Amino acid sequence: MGATAGVLGDGIVELKLRLAHLYPKLMNIYGDRGNILCLERRCRERGIKFEVTELGLGEKLKSKEHDLVFIGGAQDREQRRVAEDLVEEKGEALKEAAAKGVVILAVCGGYQLMGRYYRGAEGEELPGVGVFGLRTEHPGPDAKRFIGNVVVEWQGGTLVGFENHGGRTHLDDGVKPLGRVVTGYGNNGDDGGEGAVCGNAYGTYLHGSLLPKNPRFADHLIETALRRRYKDMEMAPLDDRVEERAHAAAVRLANRRGIISA
Amino acid sequence: MRRIAAIAAAKVTAALSQRLKMGGGTALPGLIAERIDPNIVPEMARRLGQGSVIVTGTNGKTTTARLLRGIVRAAGLRPVANRAGSNLMRGIAAALAQAAGLDGGFAGAKRRLGLFEVDEATVPEAARALRPRLVLFTNLFRDQLDRYGEVEYVAAVWRDAVRTLGDSATVVLNADDPSIAALARVATGQALFYGVEDTSRASEGLEHAADARWCSSCGSEFVYSEVFYGHLGHWHCGANCGVARRSPLVVATRIEMEPEGTRLMITMPGGDVSARLPLTGLYNAYNVLAAVAAAVALGIEPEAIERGLGAFTAAFGRQERLTVGGRRVQVILAKNPAGLNEVLRTITADGEEKDVALFLNDGIADGRDVSWIWDVDFDLLAGKVRSLTVSGNRAWDMALRLKYAGLDSLVEVEEDTATALRRALRATPEDGNLYVVPTYTAMLQVRELLARWARQPAFWETA
Repeated sequence: MGATAGVLGDGIVELKLRLAHLYPKLMNIYGDRGNILCLERRCRERGIKFEVTELGLGEKLKSKEHDLVFIGGAQDREQRRVAEDLVEEKGEALKEAAAKGVVILAVCGGYQLMGRYYRGAEGEELPGVGVFGLRTEHPGPDAKRFIGNVVVEWQGGTLVGFENHGGRTHLDDGVKPLGRVVTGYGNNGDDGGEGAVCGNAYGTYLHGSLLPKNPRFADHLIETALRRRYKDMEMAPLDDRVEERAHAAAVRLANRRGIISA
Repeated sequence: MRRIAAIAAAKVTAALSQRLKMGGGTALPGLIAERIDPNIVPEMARRLGQGSVIVTGTNGKTTTARLLRGIVRAAGLRPVANRAGSNLMRGIAAALAQAAGLDGGFAGAKRRLGLFEVDEATVPEAARALRPRLVLFTNLFRDQLDRYGEVEYVAAVWRDAVRTLGDSATVVLNADDPSIAALARVATGQALFYGVEDTSRASEGLEHAADARWCSSCGSEFVYSEVFYGHLGHWHCGANCGVARRSPLVVATRIEMEPEGTRLMITMPGGDVSARLPLTGLYNAYNVLAAVAAAVALGIEPEAIERGLGAFTAAFGRQERLTVGGRRVQVILAKNPAGLNEVLRTITADGEEKDVALFLNDGIADGRDVSWIWDVDFDLLAGKVRSLTVSGNRAWDMALRLKYAGLDSLVEVEEDTATALRRALRATPEDGNLYVVPTYTAMLQVRELLARWARQPAFWETA
């Protein structure tokens, strides 16, 4: 534990991170609240102030006012409502934020909308923001939905979560996936990639919620955001025994499923 | 000939699987009967003199169907009903085969009423096969998204089913749930609404698990003058497009919560009904109200309704009470955010410290995706629990969720069900109450252990 202070210029200052939570009422289907709770808690325990601004339909995002942006998953109907607003009201600011290195985490439906476009089961097309060079296409109403536990190889360890999506995501040439699928489907069930990384923007299909059970990834996001704002950051470790047990259990259960019903 | 073979095979399988202790013998016999004679359900349902009733919805199916069964009996009818949780086509086929003679007919057919709880996604198939005279919808919440797809998908499946019911069928709808109330627009027959009007039961605004926030007609956000639980309340479209809660015909005018039960005053066209039931929680008040509304739609008199409710005992795993080693144990099934929030509210209502055991499994019947626990307001337990035992194959997921609710110092994790249950009983003082809150498959395990320990009969004999 222990509070952390950062050095800005020549004085020690109080640390603060500001997160914009996009469409908390519309994009919240798979326990995404856990991601916000996780970032908040891991900052608070280190003495870092954490401010959340909720932005709904019609509300503008100001790229300068946030260190982190989060967008979660939704059902198709909500996703359609959000898509237009996201592009029209927040699209430019999101691209600006991404270019400036603001940390962005987009999960499931939010991840799809951050790509170039989403083509639904009936062929209807939703425009995306274009933060990620990728496209998502739903092969049709009879196509198999990718549902199940996922284990992804990420930076020498694993990420665990649950996926539930009909759309298949394909990354443009040169775009890197977040990790490699060990168990589950990932972006498209084909190329072994899961999620996408562009600078400090991260997209993924993993919910469950994603961050509480993957504290290493949560800290990576916090640290990246802090380093962008403050120089010479050291993050104090936290007591993650429960997190590690939950992570290990999820890996074990995903593998059981992988063998029995893959 | 085929019919006789199907019915006989179902009866033999049911008897065998109970003898061999394979479980309740509720699914396999139906499966076999349907294999031998795929037309068995429509053919037999036709012979029910009083027709059939379907009870469906996310939460409350089992309890509501059970309440309605009691009322129907009090009215002198003889219900043919599927067993708790056996709510797919094979469960219906099994119930019909069990109740019928070998020729497929029913003794006392004139007074026979089919009364089936039906899985949300099975409603279209069940409606086609049963041609029900009444379909009762309780509520629509996010539940097992890995299995049912999206909430909107379930709503669309129901709309399609309601459209095909025909104009002699009645739909009984929860006026307080906008997703359920919207079904009236596609019904070709009569729609009867029920709802709560005791505003002293209202809570403080929409909780996180609220699902139906947006007007299905114009897309604006709903405005609530009262919220009872989840997204159930008094609502209207914020843009005043005209979509709003309709005045219900069957109304809960007074709901009083007591430690061991609930008192209700329900008004309806033919008079009033007052009842006291051994069920707690507002969601159970809704179950009672739904059953009464269905009874009204069936033309049952208030006096018979009151008698039927009076004879009610809790369904298995639904607030059933047992005594084990001097401790009173209550088992309350919870499988989605709205349901579990209400369970937590009910447990903590009287402010005293409680002993609680949570069992989280990720089997297909539980929902393989456990992310829903992040939508539950476990903070409700803060300062109100003495011991908190966590078990199931997803015990560590639950432990982590509870850490975020500030309850980690109380949490005891034990993945093995039997060991966990013993520990929870040990942590409960003698003469104390232990609340066991399992997901579906965990409930089956917990119930069997408790039944053995309490020397109670196995569940299929009481369900």
